[in-house]
Amino acid sequence: MTTHDHQHVPRGALSPAHARRRALLLAGAAAAAGAGFAPGSTRAADKVRTKARIVIAGAGAAGLTAAARLAHALDGAQITLIDARKEHYYQPGFTLIGAGIKPIDYVVSTTAEYVPVGVDLVPEAVAEFDPQGNRVVTTSGKAYPYDFLIVATGMTLEYGLIEGMDERLIGQQGIGSIYRSPGAAYATWQALSAFADRGGRGVFTRPATEMKCAGAPLKITFIAEDHLTRRGKRSKAKIVYNSNNRVLFSVPIVSEKVRMLFEERGIDVNYERVLKAIDPGKRIATFTTPGGTEEQGYDFIHVIPPMRAPEPIRNSPLPWQTGAWAAEGWLEVDKGTLRHLRYPNVFGVGDIAGVPKGKTAASVKWQVPVAVDHLVAQIAGGKSQALYTGYTSCPLITRLGRAMLVEFDYRNNLVPSFPGVIAPLEELWVTWVMKTMALKPTYVSMLRGRA
Amino acid sequence: MKELDPTIVLAVFQEMLGPLLWVLLAVVVLGLLAFVLLLVRERRIVSRRLVGAEMLGILGGALALVLMAKVSSSGFTDAGGPADWFLIAAVFGAGLVGSTILVYTVAGWWSVRRQSGRFAGSA
Repeated sequence: MTTHDHQHVPRGALSPAHARRRALLLAGAAAAAGAGFAPGSTRAADKVRTKARIVIAGAGAAGLTAAARLAHALDGAQITLIDARKEHYYQPGFTLIGAGIKPIDYVVSTTAEYVPVGVDLVPEAVAEFDPQGNRVVTTSGKAYPYDFLIVATGMTLEYGLIEGMDERLIGQQGIGSIYRSPGAAYATWQALSAFADRGGRGVFTRPATEMKCAGAPLKITFIAEDHLTRRGKRSKAKIVYNSNNRVLFSVPIVSEKVRMLFEERGIDVNYERVLKAIDPGKRIATFTTPGGTEEQGYDFIHVIPPMRAPEPIRNSPLPWQTGAWAAEGWLEVDKGTLRHLRYPNVFGVGDIAGVPKGKTAASVKWQVPVAVDHLVAQIAGGKSQALYTGYTSCPLITRLGRAMLVEFDYRNNLVPSFPGVIAPLEELWVTWVMKTMALKPTYVSMLRGRA
Repeated sequence: MKELDPTIVLAVFQEMLGPLLWVLLAVVVLGLLAFVLLLVRERRIVSRRLVGAEMLGILGGALALVLMAKVSSSGFTDAGGPADWFLIAAVFGAGLVGSTILVYTVAGWWSVRRQSGRFAGSA
């Protein structure tokens, strides 16, 4: 960890230019960049001594990264990581499995191998959050009191909210869904490949809820189109992308670019279509539209389920109480500091955070250091000025072998890491190379608190 | 790029290559050392040997591109813009320069050994 950053950004007040320079997710990735977000308080040399009890709920990308950074920054803290799942999934790789590029084991490892020394891993799920009592209770009934809580539970995929849909259908009868699991991503590839051999009508969807990796629905559409083209079956196929709203991507300039690419590739677009029901036997998908429901037949359909907070979070006082995010249960945190707006000793990072942008690994990479800096500064009796600007990144695959390196922030500004070298709206091989070669090592380094 | 942090780059490459990273770094460091020692000893560049090494270097550059294509499940035919051409040139260049130096050095030390062997034999 260097502390150079900190010398010219006293306690973190980020100028836009600085924020942009820091917005180098692909840092080591391209071996050309790398702004270490290295708050002074996390320097190994001067760890903060404390007896604080810190509970981290969830050991996915955000939880593990937080654990690593806290373990680096604190000496004597009692850090407890709670998660029942033994496998760790590198979720940015799911699309590559669904594309037939990578095998299942590319994304599967174990949680235990990333748990830092000095951090206790409790192999259970949190059943109850009690922020008034400053404790969480696990499924076995054991209570874990805390001084600070980091909520990194992730989200749940609600396939059941689509009538007739069952996650066991993935891979059968032309139904694909890369989101569910590595196995489901591979089953999706088999269904997609069978479709690319025959042609027919391919239907692509996205839910009306907040979702993780909002680029994934577009990527899988582009990938399907490319496989059909490569197999000489493009003329026998119709590809229809159904957007839940009136745009293709939340960042207007990217949305326009995708619209142009879809037009160029002959991909039809329907706006304001949300998958409501599916009839696997008849291969009919029913969508809600502003004017009622609409049925679409399909030979292949890519289903992306509604997503929301896990039940214990929704049943707790932690989510937003009003507004669009209340029903889905996202955590009511400040979008700049990730600190809970009502419970100041609680932070929310990763997918569960109720912030306007980015449920991605790139967001995790930039959110966690900010939340940890605030937490550590508070323990040390100071105050952090670190701010998360909403930076996130999406290597938007537009065909096999090419992708656009789309990086943006809360304000829908493009924040390219390599301005003048890697143009954000250009389909490039170098971006694909990063996605396939460098992103996973960068991600793993992030889990270990090293990037 | 003034905030380039070598520790992050190193961490990423370590994850990417595992122990192979150290093997590669060792080859680079030892190769360069052997190359410099050879130059010091011979006090000149043997142009015949250099041309031969460059010929094999072209092969090394091509090999680097093939390797890159394999690990990235794609190829330079996917290039879509100037950044891609730059990457292709960089990969080819690295392969070319690396293998040229390596071949030149190995061939150089080989002939040095043979010559000293001959002297030893005639002595």
